[in-house]
Amino acid sequence: MQTEIIIAGFGGQGVLFGGQLLAYAGLDEGKHVTWIPAYGPEMRGGTANCTAIISDEEIGSPLVRYPAAIIAMNRPSLDKYENQVKPGGLLVVNSSMLDRPVKRTDIRVVEVDAGEVAGKLGDKRMTNMVLLGALLANLPVLPLSAIENALTAHLPERHKRLLPKNFEALREGAKYLLN
Amino acid sequence: MSLELMKGNEAVAEAAVRAGVVSYFGYPITPQTELLEYMSHRMPELGRAFVQAESELGAINMVYGAACTGYRTMTSSSSPGVSLMLEGVSYIAGTELPMVIVNVMRGGPGLGNIAPAQSDYNQMVHGGGHGDYRCIVLAPCSVQESVDLTVLAFDLADKYRSIVVILTDGSIGQMMEACELPPMQPLKTTFADWAVQGCEGRERRFLTSINLDPAAQEEMNYRLLKRWIDVEANEIRCQEYYMEDAEYVVTGFGSSARIALSAVRIARAEGIKVGLIRPITLSPFPRQVYADLSDKIKGMLVVEMNAGQMLEDVLAANRYRTPTDFFARLGGVVPFPDEVLGEIHRMVETPISTDGHPRDRWLARVLAKG
Repeated sequence: MQTEIIIAGFGGQGVLFGGQLLAYAGLDEGKHVTWIPAYGPEMRGGTANCTAIISDEEIGSPLVRYPAAIIAMNRPSLDKYENQVKPGGLLVVNSSMLDRPVKRTDIRVVEVDAGEVAGKLGDKRMTNMVLLGALLANLPVLPLSAIENALTAHLPERHKRLLPKNFEALREGAKYLLN
Repeated sequence: MSLELMKGNEAVAEAAVRAGVVSYFGYPITPQTELLEYMSHRMPELGRAFVQAESELGAINMVYGAACTGYRTMTSSSSPGVSLMLEGVSYIAGTELPMVIVNVMRGGPGLGNIAPAQSDYNQMVHGGGHGDYRCIVLAPCSVQESVDLTVLAFDLADKYRSIVVILTDGSIGQMMEACELPPMQPLKTTFADWAVQGCEGRERRFLTSINLDPAAQEEMNYRLLKRWIDVEANEIRCQEYYMEDAEYVVTGFGSSARIALSAVRIARAEGIKVGLIRPITLSPFPRQVYADLSDKIKGMLVVEMNAGQMLEDVLAANRYRTPTDFFARLGGVVPFPDEVLGEIHRMVETPISTDGHPRDRWLARVLAKG
């Protein structure tokens, strides 16, 4: 069993860290994991994306054309990746930064006004956590607690005071549960 | 066993530190820079030498000097940077010094781009610098293997007074995966009888790559060749997957082998009897593995992220016995597993033509698609 997840958005939205958290959490759960960024002459505000794979066996290619799940954090990411979600796969979108609906009907779509949710919790920078919560609630790959443990272990010491709020953001996102 | 999630470039750096590297000289270049960056804080922390040189040319010549002391030394770069180093590499080979060089390959030729590629195979395996010398070339396909081969690289360099290349790419360098790091080795305290560290109380030693007497230079060339016979006899490494009952074979190294493995697994699930051969040492090349391929193998697919550089070595080793096809993406484009799967399907559905060269047939297919 292998699950591939792409997280895409603007640089600065926590795209890469979100993917790393999935990898850390997968590793802690005893899975094989890979994390690979689309790297380039990138800058804050430019596009950023990464692929995380969580698997029960040794992982072959770290990149896949049609991943099981995608988190699109902005409009360019939705435009680029909407057609790449595997049929029947999961697309989690940050509707706070979208001005169009998702067109695909053969995939499961979770629309989360994650920017607003994070804002209400006190910091828009937790948008990535809200979306991760929504992803994991609808994708049985890792328990939410694994992400919480990974956050606790890998958030830099100076940010540790932000942990409770981030946990809250994850749980708020997890409320966006599809039937 | 404690597993850490590390980026390939940083894992190589830490593995080198634990293997006892005493000096590192380099120059930043994407997609290798994290290696240098990691060394820039890790080496001083341990009281070891880190120098960001003025260029790759400076770096390799600093390595040349450091290698003369017999201590473990290394540099790392990416394709265009390695090209700059090749004069020094030849001099180091000509002086018979051990060193480790990491090439995190990117798209080329020229300045190219910073995406993953495998187009420095010939440069590292078949030459690069001038003169008759060979480097041992190791091709990891994961972060863990990058760690393991880094430790091996320093051992082989010392054992054979050889340059050892770790040939990786932007994909493996930038990727994070779990790895188990080796224990910290003590630094070397005994040195070979050629090392120069000050000659007080003993005969002076002389290390150079200039040898104006052709007969003496011929002797030196014989010495390199004799050493290489030992390398070929002892150091060939290759990994096989699902080969027991294979009727078809896919082969590639590093990243392409990983991508091919994904395709091979899907094909196996479909009932296609296909295996995978992944050379770990590109030099010495596992020629016998290809020479010994069973007559039962109906077809072989060589997959690379270059225009068929390893392909030539596979064909020569196999002596064209196995019908062979080729597939590649070039210039920094990384193939997806489904592209390789499509090639496996094609190989199974239509018998491989033996007309002309596999590269020409592949290119004709690419051009026909437009």
